[in-house]
Amino acid sequence: MSVASNQLVEQETPLISGDQTFASVTEKISSIAEAKTPKMWYVAIGISASIMFFFLFLIGYLVWEGIGIWGLNIPVGWGWAIVNFVFWVGIGHAGTLISAILFLFRQKWRTSINRFAEAMTLFAVICALIFPGIHVGRIWMAYYMFPLPNQMSMWPNFRSPLLWDVFAVGTYFTVSLLFWYTGLIPDLASMRDRAKTKIRRYVLGFFSLGWRGGNRQWQHYELAYLLLAGLSTPLVLSVHSVVSTDFATSVIPGWHTTIFPPYFVAGAIFSGFAMVNTLAIIARKIYGLEDFITIKHLEKMNIIMLVTGSMVGYAYSCEFFIAWYSGNEYETFTFLNRAFGPYAWAYWTMVSCNVIVPQLFWFKKVRTSVPIMFVMALLVNVGMWFERFVIVVSSLSRDFLPANWDYYSPTWVDVGMFIGSFGLFFTLFLIFLRFVPMIAMAEVKAVLPQADPHFYHGNGHLDTAANTVAVKEGGKA
Amino acid sequence: MKKTQYMIAEFENPAELLKAAEKIRDAGYKKFDCHSPFPIHGMDDAMGMKRSPLGWIVGLVAVVAVTAGVVLQWWTSSVAYPIVIAGKPFFSYQAYGPVAFAIMVLTSAFVSLFGMLALNKLPQFYHRLFDSDRFGKVTDDGFLISVEADDPQFDVKKTEDLLKQVGGKNVEIIG
Repeated sequence: MSVASNQLVEQETPLISGDQTFASVTEKISSIAEAKTPKMWYVAIGISASIMFFFLFLIGYLVWEGIGIWGLNIPVGWGWAIVNFVFWVGIGHAGTLISAILFLFRQKWRTSINRFAEAMTLFAVICALIFPGIHVGRIWMAYYMFPLPNQMSMWPNFRSPLLWDVFAVGTYFTVSLLFWYTGLIPDLASMRDRAKTKIRRYVLGFFSLGWRGGNRQWQHYELAYLLLAGLSTPLVLSVHSVVSTDFATSVIPGWHTTIFPPYFVAGAIFSGFAMVNTLAIIARKIYGLEDFITIKHLEKMNIIMLVTGSMVGYAYSCEFFIAWYSGNEYETFTFLNRAFGPYAWAYWTMVSCNVIVPQLFWFKKVRTSVPIMFVMALLVNVGMWFERFVIVVSSLSRDFLPANWDYYSPTWVDVGMFIGSFGLFFTLFLIFLRFVPMIAMAEVKAVLPQADPHFYHGNGHLDTAANTVAVKEGGKA
Repeated sequence: MKKTQYMIAEFENPAELLKAAEKIRDAGYKKFDCHSPFPIHGMDDAMGMKRSPLGWIVGLVAVVAVTAGVVLQWWTSSVAYPIVIAGKPFFSYQAYGPVAFAIMVLTSAFVSLFGMLALNKLPQFYHRLFDSDRFGKVTDDGFLISVEADDPQFDVKKTEDLLKQVGGKNVEIIG
């Protein structure tokens, strides 16, 4: 009965609309990367690349001058750089959730969004890795973080969560890149076989590695894809858990809590989906991809934001409860200080954007309206940045002894670097949109109804009738 | 080097390709392949193929990698340069989980991709099949069967008849 009803639901709402054929999918997606570069693209990349170069300049300035150009001081030794790191790593998590977890759960709708969500992951993690990378100050000593034999016979301290982070985030980036490239191979082969110019054919031929689409290749390919999805799935949960241990294993009130790993993971997926939604709405509008990224796709992502947003809201209230219930004076003070102290403005921005805003997604009208969800996704992005700011800064600025307290403010370099990281992110994303098929063509073709051999039983129409009969019978039973 | 000849035939859709594959398998052919723009469900059985060994390879590598990760952490902090940090034992295995896990995932992911490429004998930038103009369609919306002339069952006339009989169109010899 339930199987039959599922079939009915699937027929009512096709994953891909507009009566696509295999050829029309190839044509629509490939032609975006093959067409003449649109003028607006030059304008967009001109702006984002300028911001990116400003970022690179600021990094140079930081290496030259030292991290004193940031607003850091004692007691606040971690400021915007760490906030930005956690913010960007978190954003990446939605891409991995879409490409790995939704794949294992056989969520076929993911095929329309997985390619650019994974690209977003890669670029977000690049932005993230820069911040702790330059935070070490003497970046020419950064190799100390890796277990490399050196003249002092010293090794990294494997008991330190900061070192776990190096391994967790480094692995995360590399595995995401391998997974993304695996998915790209058949699509690059599609573009290779359409290429009109010699250069295109050679470049695409090189990157598609001579893919021939034979089932003897697909067999290994599909298993490799499944294995990579299986390997990435624990990463969705582990990477941000490890990031949270940077805080949770310390003794600072407001950091030293066991709720951090699940709370960070929920927040990461929440912010990531907000970013995927933002990018998807822009890309589908500009490139006319409404048939591929339908309103159903956006609605499903909004529902995930509603779920994870509620989890985040629950974590906020749970933290407060435990601060009171623990009876620990410092813990209680830290939380009252967050809500009513000098950083109350940041705290309430966070609560409004992360707890109140996503609750509007309970209404179908809200979660199916593109302009409204766009604004809401932006607000969630803002809120999630503030969440990390609240955690990092408000906890540090007022710790155990009032004599140590201080108010932290960023400098222009802090602000410039945060904005600059968006320049880097969007520059990479624009390059991706221009040259790489932004939707996984082979995967979309595989979820079209005519990709299933059973679709053709008896002239291709009988099967539909058979399903309807099954539903009717199921209803009777 | 001896160049292998291929005979290819086009098919209408995934269902026809699947049916044709079953018949060619039943006719005793071993060296043939079914090309399609996406993997087709049930094709492995239709072609009479064994399961890919990649899972076992990656599984074995994962076990080796996670062991190597623990050994690395034990050796560096207990043997190579023992140093007391925060009063903890040299071999504080409780803290070694995240790094050992990361090393396992990283290594296994590399082996998944490169193992897949090795099993598929990729990269192979030139292949006889690319000489056919029709072959380019398989990455778009084409469904093709290619039979190697090396196959013991291969016979120009008989194979052509078989391919036509199972619904193949535009039968062509490459090479």
